[in-house]
Amino acid sequence: MINASMRQVWFAVLKRDLRIAARRRSDALNPLLFLLMVVTLFPLGVGPGPDILARIAPGIIWVAALLASLLGLERLFKDDFQDGTLEQLCLLPQPLAFTATAKVMAHWLLTGLPLVILSPLLALLLSLPLQGWWALALSLLLGTPALSALGAIGAALTLQVQRGSSLISLILIPLFIPLLIFATAAVENASMGLAVHGQLAILAAISVLTITLSPLAIAAGIKMSVN
Amino acid sequence: MWRWLHPYAKPEATYRLVDKLLPWFAALTFISLAVGVVWGLAFAPSDYQQGDSYRIIFLHVPAAIFSMGAYSGMAIMGGIALIWQIKTAEWVIPAIAPVGAALTVVALLTGAIWGKPMWGTWWVWDARLTSELILLFLYIGVMALYFAFDDARTGAKAAAILSLVGVINLPIIHYSVEWWNTLHQGATITKFERPSIATSMLIPLLICLAGFLFLTISLVMMRLKNEILRHELGRPWAQHELEKK
Repeated sequence: MINASMRQVWFAVLKRDLRIAARRRSDALNPLLFLLMVVTLFPLGVGPGPDILARIAPGIIWVAALLASLLGLERLFKDDFQDGTLEQLCLLPQPLAFTATAKVMAHWLLTGLPLVILSPLLALLLSLPLQGWWALALSLLLGTPALSALGAIGAALTLQVQRGSSLISLILIPLFIPLLIFATAAVENASMGLAVHGQLAILAAISVLTITLSPLAIAAGIKMSVN
Repeated sequence: MWRWLHPYAKPEATYRLVDKLLPWFAALTFISLAVGVVWGLAFAPSDYQQGDSYRIIFLHVPAAIFSMGAYSGMAIMGGIALIWQIKTAEWVIPAIAPVGAALTVVALLTGAIWGKPMWGTWWVWDARLTSELILLFLYIGVMALYFAFDDARTGAKAAAILSLVGVINLPIIHYSVEWWNTLHQGATITKFERPSIATSMLIPLLICLAGFLFLTISLVMMRLKNEILRHELGRPWAQHELEKK
């Protein structure tokens, strides 16, 4: 019984967030456009030679993905905080840490998954070889859930701060760095034809760890702000 | 644990305790740093490979160890503050953060000065150097978060949560020299086997380690006293304490 209602609440929160995003498409599209534009800047900046571009492609794409994921984060909980929805979520009999995972999931579906879908285009733009693209898509698929989970911690902690987005970046970028290191190492190994299982396994481990532990920090952050 | 901690939930009791202990720790800091640094820099034998430039370990290693030690202390206090909701534990976090950040900067700077003659470069993007730099960013993040709120209590709680989240970086720094085989040398002292360093160098290094430990504790205590007074300024005991000085 309790399990059934927990699942219902989880899907209700997820559906609500997705519906809100569908009504405000620019919020979901802007980070992706930002990402595409940042990636476009690099061939203009370092020159269009395919050798250089393919060599720095994993770094460019991952750094752009990190920055793009920071863009929308301030809004993740703020609207719900201001209209009182978060307070209602705190009052639910279901634990807040559990319902928070639904919001993290919605965030990933709106920012992480489009990145994975967009990755062939990005790889093509930066003339990344095909075997490098596979590793890039896999690293994005395994790494972006951790971005959403860690990002939600930052968003929850800065709920009460007036202009929190610069503070969010300050808090989160140090936590993102390990992801960046392993993800780019995986893509680099793949484009040189080496094994990538090790790095991808570490990425998956980071994601599992952050997805299971971060809801506790997210819930603590929300409760701290809502009182 | 609870019974032992309980009296110090009262800021006044913590203030009195810190006030009483601080002169002792200050004296210990002075003695051990004076002995350790002079012994290390002037009397310890020079290294057969690195010559005299190895002597910077007497500052570099203690600063690096306690930059991590200070962070773990901050995280432990964050845990105590979140679990038992003790105000004084919350105030320890902003007391530790700048001290830890300063130790991190000292470790990075002395490392760069050591790296120039040894590796021929001031900085490499080596795993341990990078993770130590991330530690500095974490300290800055905790400080920025603490001061970002209008309500001091909320800021303290947010900083407590963030310092707990950032703890994940500590094992990465510590094991980075084992996981990635890069330019930075492996652990020589913080391992469970016999330390791989000559005894004539080890003894002054241990004294320096003790000195930095006492220095960290003394600085944190001084900052904690200020922090307590700053928050309790309206209370009669704090007024009384200030008038005494």
